[in-house]
Amino acid sequence: MPVPASSTVSVRRLPNLFDLGAFVAIAALLIAVTHAARHTFVPLASSGAATISLDPANLPGYALRTVMRMFAALAASLLFTFTYATWAAKSRRAGLVLIPILDILQSLPIFGFLTFTVTFFLGLFPGRVIGAELAVIFAIFTSQAWNMAFSMYQSLTTVPADLEEATRGFRLSGWQRFWRLEVPFAMPGLIWNMMMSMSGGWFLLTAAEAVTVGDTSFNLPGIGSYIAAALDARDIRAVFYAILTMFFVILAYDQLLFRPLVAWSAKFRVETTPSETGDDPWMLALLRRTRLLRATSDRAGRAFFAITGLGLRLPGTHRATPRRETRLGDSLWIGALLLVLAWAVWRVWSYCSATLTPADLGTALLYGVYTLIRVVILMAFATALWVPLGVLIGLNANWSRRVGAAAQFLAAFPANLFWPIFVSLIVRYQLNPDIWLTPLIVLGTQWYILFNVIAGASAFPADLREVASNFRVGGTLWWRRVILPGIFPYFVTGAITASGGCWNATLVAEVATWGKTTIRAHGLGAYITEASAAGNTPRVLLGMMVMAAFVLGFNRLVWRPMYAYSAKRLRL
Amino acid sequence: MDVIADSLLEVRNVSQAYHKDSTSDFVVLEDVNLALGGNEIVGLLGRSGSGKSTLLRIVSGLLPPSSGEVIWRGAPLSGPAEGVAMVFQSFALFPWLTVQENVELGLEAQGVARAERERRAEEAIDLIGLGGYEGAYPKEMSGGMRQRVGLARALVVHPDLLLMDEPFSALDVLTAETLRTDLIDLWVERRLPVKAMLMVTHNIEEAVLMCDRILVFSSNPGRVAHELRVPFPHPRNRHDAAFRRFVDDIYALMTRRATSVPAPTQTPAVESVQSLYPVGTNTLSGLLETLAADPYRGRADLPALAGSLQLELDELLPLGETLHLLGLAELEEGDLRLTDTGRRFANADADERKTIFANALRTRVKLAGTIRSVLDERWNHRASAVRFRDELEDHMSPDYAEDTLRAVIAWARFAELFNYDDEADQFFLEIEA
Repeated sequence: MPVPASSTVSVRRLPNLFDLGAFVAIAALLIAVTHAARHTFVPLASSGAATISLDPANLPGYALRTVMRMFAALAASLLFTFTYATWAAKSRRAGLVLIPILDILQSLPIFGFLTFTVTFFLGLFPGRVIGAELAVIFAIFTSQAWNMAFSMYQSLTTVPADLEEATRGFRLSGWQRFWRLEVPFAMPGLIWNMMMSMSGGWFLLTAAEAVTVGDTSFNLPGIGSYIAAALDARDIRAVFYAILTMFFVILAYDQLLFRPLVAWSAKFRVETTPSETGDDPWMLALLRRTRLLRATSDRAGRAFFAITGLGLRLPGTHRATPRRETRLGDSLWIGALLLVLAWAVWRVWSYCSATLTPADLGTALLYGVYTLIRVVILMAFATALWVPLGVLIGLNANWSRRVGAAAQFLAAFPANLFWPIFVSLIVRYQLNPDIWLTPLIVLGTQWYILFNVIAGASAFPADLREVASNFRVGGTLWWRRVILPGIFPYFVTGAITASGGCWNATLVAEVATWGKTTIRAHGLGAYITEASAAGNTPRVLLGMMVMAAFVLGFNRLVWRPMYAYSAKRLRL
Repeated sequence: MDVIADSLLEVRNVSQAYHKDSTSDFVVLEDVNLALGGNEIVGLLGRSGSGKSTLLRIVSGLLPPSSGEVIWRGAPLSGPAEGVAMVFQSFALFPWLTVQENVELGLEAQGVARAERERRAEEAIDLIGLGGYEGAYPKEMSGGMRQRVGLARALVVHPDLLLMDEPFSALDVLTAETLRTDLIDLWVERRLPVKAMLMVTHNIEEAVLMCDRILVFSSNPGRVAHELRVPFPHPRNRHDAAFRRFVDDIYALMTRRATSVPAPTQTPAVESVQSLYPVGTNTLSGLLETLAADPYRGRADLPALAGSLQLELDELLPLGETLHLLGLAELEEGDLRLTDTGRRFANADADERKTIFANALRTRVKLAGTIRSVLDERWNHRASAVRFRDELEDHMSPDYAEDTLRAVIAWARFAELFNYDDEADQFFLEIEA
């Protein structure tokens, strides 16, 4: 099971000033988007709102449309990744700005983006379905792109120097170098992150296809809107059908696309020691060993090779030494940045002072603390439960393969599908939603902890296990001295992903609807969701920014030190 | 009475089989007997795959034997025993513990109180020459210092029996030598808190330098082929004539086994499933050239050759055996002698070499010949490697089967006998247009 370094924790140590700047700039940008949209805003014509039939016979068709949206978004994410991350890595000046922005974007709750994207795209194509389609695709894009871009950026900054020198020595153009060295080098990490992104996409999808922002609402035929309709009609059978469909869809693209891709990308790993590679997944074996399929894929490969091998070169970019970045240029660049920042500060200030009161900020912060407490408690629970179990499973080779694969699958499965069950139980037994809605937050993300711990335990070196056994180290001493430090780096990687997922999930987990019954907990997630449903853009913005601040603070104060410590001390 | 009191460890009829499928078991270790008294260093010498590391793990209690038993201090051994400590080839230090903490681990497991633990750890650390490094992490240290930590960690529990699994083979020549002499000095001065040592090595000189008794293992399956008593007192001198002769004799013993493998023409039935070493064709060519040139002129003494090429026994013997198999050189009594074909090869140009090699490969290595014949018969000149791998695995462990297949592929590519498609896992012939 491949466990690449987490892409959500950048190793960079930039001054926090840049983060603060990026923070304000993004807020200003979101404000500008809603403002621009308002002028052209026309509600979607009723023809655009499709009726969703709960007949399961429609599900394959819905599934197809949904999957097409997801892959459209994935394609957009790839394009974004290749351009944005490359730009950030190639230009020092651009990197100074782009990377903090990416960090903030990654910390923003993805459901929150819906408010802005929907108003923007509907405004762009007033009254037409294409606007809604684009809005949904863009929303999915926001759930996929950031971690992919981060992964690419990290690969680009760690391209081995000798390979880099070889490409320059053989005078490859920038285009050729990109496709011959940089993309292949980034491939294993990128494909892993694409898999994670698809999970994120599903999670968002159930909310994005049927959306209500203020007085605008639309739904597009798809699994997401089918689920929304089923929840609305309190049709538990339909929810079950949707779960089943999703199970098969995820199984299909996992088996047909991602397993083969992951196995295939193993050949791009730059390693001195050959790593254990399992057998080819059946789909890859089929592609590689069937004459017809092989001929087809060979032809496609040749065409790709020909295009990427073109000696495209920007005029005058070929030189032996990289361009010197002058001090004067730096000053100009910083000056320009300061101007943009000043505009952003003014923009945010004027907008907020017109629409929000200091009391709003206080409320948002207080709710943020509530949500923080929830996330912390649940992470602690999940850790206490899954770390020991993961270790026991991981040390057993047979179990670890099976359970590991299952956990990966469960992590890809959007947990919000199971929420109706929780909600009906809470309603029936009159439970306190502040407590009993909370487990929903961790339902989908706990698996990241489990499968990372399993991966860590199964990668634990055999000779260290022998030492422990030879010196008869047992009991708590064994946990304390031997295994826990050994799996800690893996645990941190999993926990970072899981905790990020938790924050995201609060937007849908703190408010749950089942037919006419809506129950809500007190928390930042519920705050944003309700503001969004009410079309209160300033509050959505405030909520999102506060949440981003909490997530970033959590990352900086908790995860990053842990990550740095484990990288320094505990890496084997 | 004396014998029983002295006997620390007894290994009785121990065998270890690796369970293949229902039809066949792959035997790693066959009917091994060994008795270890107090105050001796015993070496287990053999090629990789002779099961000596397996035996060490059985003795330590880490691995239960398939049959036979191990008697430790008069009682049957079950699981890791008190009084046995092991030093690992890979050092196996916990990267998250400091030197002090690594050394204390065994004592902590015994529940020794902190003050006592610290005192004893300090003692072991000083004994082994690590003073001043207590707070360092393994990552900050060189290989030699790390292995010293490994030694200190084992010695601190005052084991009666110290097991060492190729303890110096991961170190460079100079460091390994320093560590060996330090250890032997401590042993001779009786400052080591151990009664006996059992070490695994594939370095003949190391075994002769350190051990009182050497068990030479044969491989496939592993058996004790010879037992030798080393007659020299410590400290021993590598350059002493008697020492050299002793080393030469062991080389001769070990290569005799190699030549006793039936010559290629005699038993074709076993031939197709013989295991091969994945040695590179460049290395083979280089060795043939060296053999043909001065000072060897067609015949080399293995210990001398190993010394001048800086190769260990484990690296040189597979080369010699491969040349022997291909009929390019002959191994006998610790010497490697070039054959006429081998001489022709050494003097040939690149194309001619390929022809000679292809010829040798096709006639002498049954597996290569079979694959080529199958490919010749097929209409598309492709054949899946799975079938050949399965066939090999009926007779050897999957690792050896993989090595064998890799060797055949590499040699066949050099000889242009056939080619291999890694993605499709198929052998194929280049079809001429």
